[in-house]
Amino acid sequence: MATTLTRDTVGGRPVDPAAPLLAVEDLRVEFRIDAGIVQAVNGLSYTLGRGETVAILGESGSGKSVSAQAVMGIVDSPPGFVTGGSVRFRGVELLDLAEPERRRVRGNRIAMIFQDALTALNLVFSVGWQIGEMFRIHRGVPRKQAQEKAIELMERVKIPSARERAGCYPHEFSGGMRQRVMIAMALSLDPEILIADEPTTALDVTVQAQIMSLLAELQQQTGMGLILITHDLGVVAEVADHLVVMYAGREVEKGPSLPVYHRPAHPYTMGLMDSLPRRDVHTERLRPIKGSPPDLLAIPSGCPFRPRCRFAADICAAKEPPLAAVSAGRVSACHFWEEVSRERSGD
Amino acid sequence: MSAPGTERPAAEVVLRVEHLVKHFPITRGIVFKRQVGTVQAVDDVSFELHRGETLGLVGESGCGKTTTARTILRLEKATGGHAWYKGQDIFTLSGKEMHELRREIQVIFQDPYASLNPRMTVGDIIAEGWRVHAGVMPKNRRRARIHELLELVGLNPDHINRYPHQFSGGQRQRIGVARALALEPSIVICDEPVSALDVSVQAQVVNLLEDLQDELGLSYLFIAHDLSVVRHICDRIAVMYLGKIVETGDEYQVYDGTAHPYTTALLSAVPIPDPAARNLGNRILLEGDVPSPANPPSGCRFRTRCWKAQGVCAEAEPELVDRGQGHPVACHFPQVEFDPAR
Repeated sequence: MATTLTRDTVGGRPVDPAAPLLAVEDLRVEFRIDAGIVQAVNGLSYTLGRGETVAILGESGSGKSVSAQAVMGIVDSPPGFVTGGSVRFRGVELLDLAEPERRRVRGNRIAMIFQDALTALNLVFSVGWQIGEMFRIHRGVPRKQAQEKAIELMERVKIPSARERAGCYPHEFSGGMRQRVMIAMALSLDPEILIADEPTTALDVTVQAQIMSLLAELQQQTGMGLILITHDLGVVAEVADHLVVMYAGREVEKGPSLPVYHRPAHPYTMGLMDSLPRRDVHTERLRPIKGSPPDLLAIPSGCPFRPRCRFAADICAAKEPPLAAVSAGRVSACHFWEEVSRERSGD
Repeated sequence: MSAPGTERPAAEVVLRVEHLVKHFPITRGIVFKRQVGTVQAVDDVSFELHRGETLGLVGESGCGKTTTARTILRLEKATGGHAWYKGQDIFTLSGKEMHELRREIQVIFQDPYASLNPRMTVGDIIAEGWRVHAGVMPKNRRRARIHELLELVGLNPDHINRYPHQFSGGQRQRIGVARALALEPSIVICDEPVSALDVSVQAQVVNLLEDLQDELGLSYLFIAHDLSVVRHICDRIAVMYLGKIVETGDEYQVYDGTAHPYTTALLSAVPIPDPAARNLGNRILLEGDVPSPANPPSGCRFRTRCWKAQGVCAEAEPELVDRGQGHPVACHFPQVEFDPAR
């Protein structure tokens, strides 16, 4: 959009026109709780360009949501602390910004939607009022105009009979419609990045398909970058350009999504693919990953995936695997990535 | 899981449901309650469950799959219809007979966090059923049996004195399975048994359920919304929409030879975990939401969202019969040919 080009400062600092939209580097987040220190995110790096979709894939406790909260600057602190790394938005370091400046980035430049739209909405205000609030507070738009803009946005996210429904309250909306309201609010200030944290997990598949296609369409219109946080390999396969697989707070595999799906270079990624049944083919027997994700207070030495891994050897306990370059733009944190990716060479 | 073409011999019918109806009244007023409408949660549902078989009940939330199971168990009073367990009419059983039936039909629930009492040890949780159904296991054998059950579901028998919070989600679901099996049921109703679990753990529980079925000859009524898991685990599938079964058949009939437009749309919405199969562009997107079951559309209940709907769909309700596809489908305009593109 033309408007984004004229906004050339972030928190009073000039943007670097050559820099990517978002560059996260070696991000570290820890939670200091009574039982000890939990390394929720332990060295995460990725870049996001305009119009691109990066998916961060992981199970519960993998650190995927916390990493997004760190980018957004909404990690609960205490107990959570961003202890290292950098988050650069068009070249400007967000972690250095003071809170008032950071707040202006939130919503204006980077917006976020959450899994549970009902708890994210205020139950005692109409949805039109809540969407309009974005304009009243951030832009100082008068009440009446804000209401008009809210209705426009509701139409843009395809809420039927928007004008009549603007006066409705969140409980009068279905789950899918509430998520549309959240998307409308997130898009109200024309952000350049949208972070979607499990946006369709609580929804039925048919509604999930509606929301995902809406997001894809809006992304096409606005050219915004999309960070999709999810545990669903199917959803990732449909929209992601790049994929970051996280396990126990670490990135274990990263790269363009097609090659990662077709020839995983990390046993965890491969295990996830193998354990999934598919709706389009008959599967005889699933091959699950043994065990369960680790307790973050007692992460195994060396490679955190080692106790569940069928490739594990002595070196895996002794040494945490470095990120090995698999091919252009692709890395895997496995000592035996070559062996792993050979398993699928027949595909 | 039968391969295409290999018909398994018709096993004994353990559960037969015929024309099951469950309507919930909508009332107004506090002192003088008057009924102002009905929620037609389940409307004329019929199916058979054979011994050793898995029947999948799929559909979106609110389509009546769980209410169907609850009504069969008499946790809800049926408004109409019949259900037979091995020839016994469930809805006319006496209290004593019902007590016995409740042992025969066990349930595994979705949420392994909410369905286990946090103040009871694993051993007590598994043994609790025997306090009600004392005849199943003599007292002196119970401890040994708990050990066996824990082993059977893949847990360490030494953990018998641990509490639920000491286990992961997948392990808790195994405890739920052991609790159900303790009463030696012949039917297990699995209500979304894997949907709360992490992806890497789901497959473990699915495999466990399959192994137990082979070993013990159990019949499963498998309620789920994940169509990929259902395809994998179920022998036959019934697709529900707004309280009615719209299509039913085996895996290949329902998934590869889909005839009902709702099934087509539902399947097309399920993403395939392969970027090469990306179909965001040409997938069928249903408009809007499921209509309210308090006021379902006339005729075919799916017609308001159906791209094939014509005048007749509003007037006549399509019956669930075979219309030349080889399996029953409730649609006036079903897909007849097999479409290899799907």
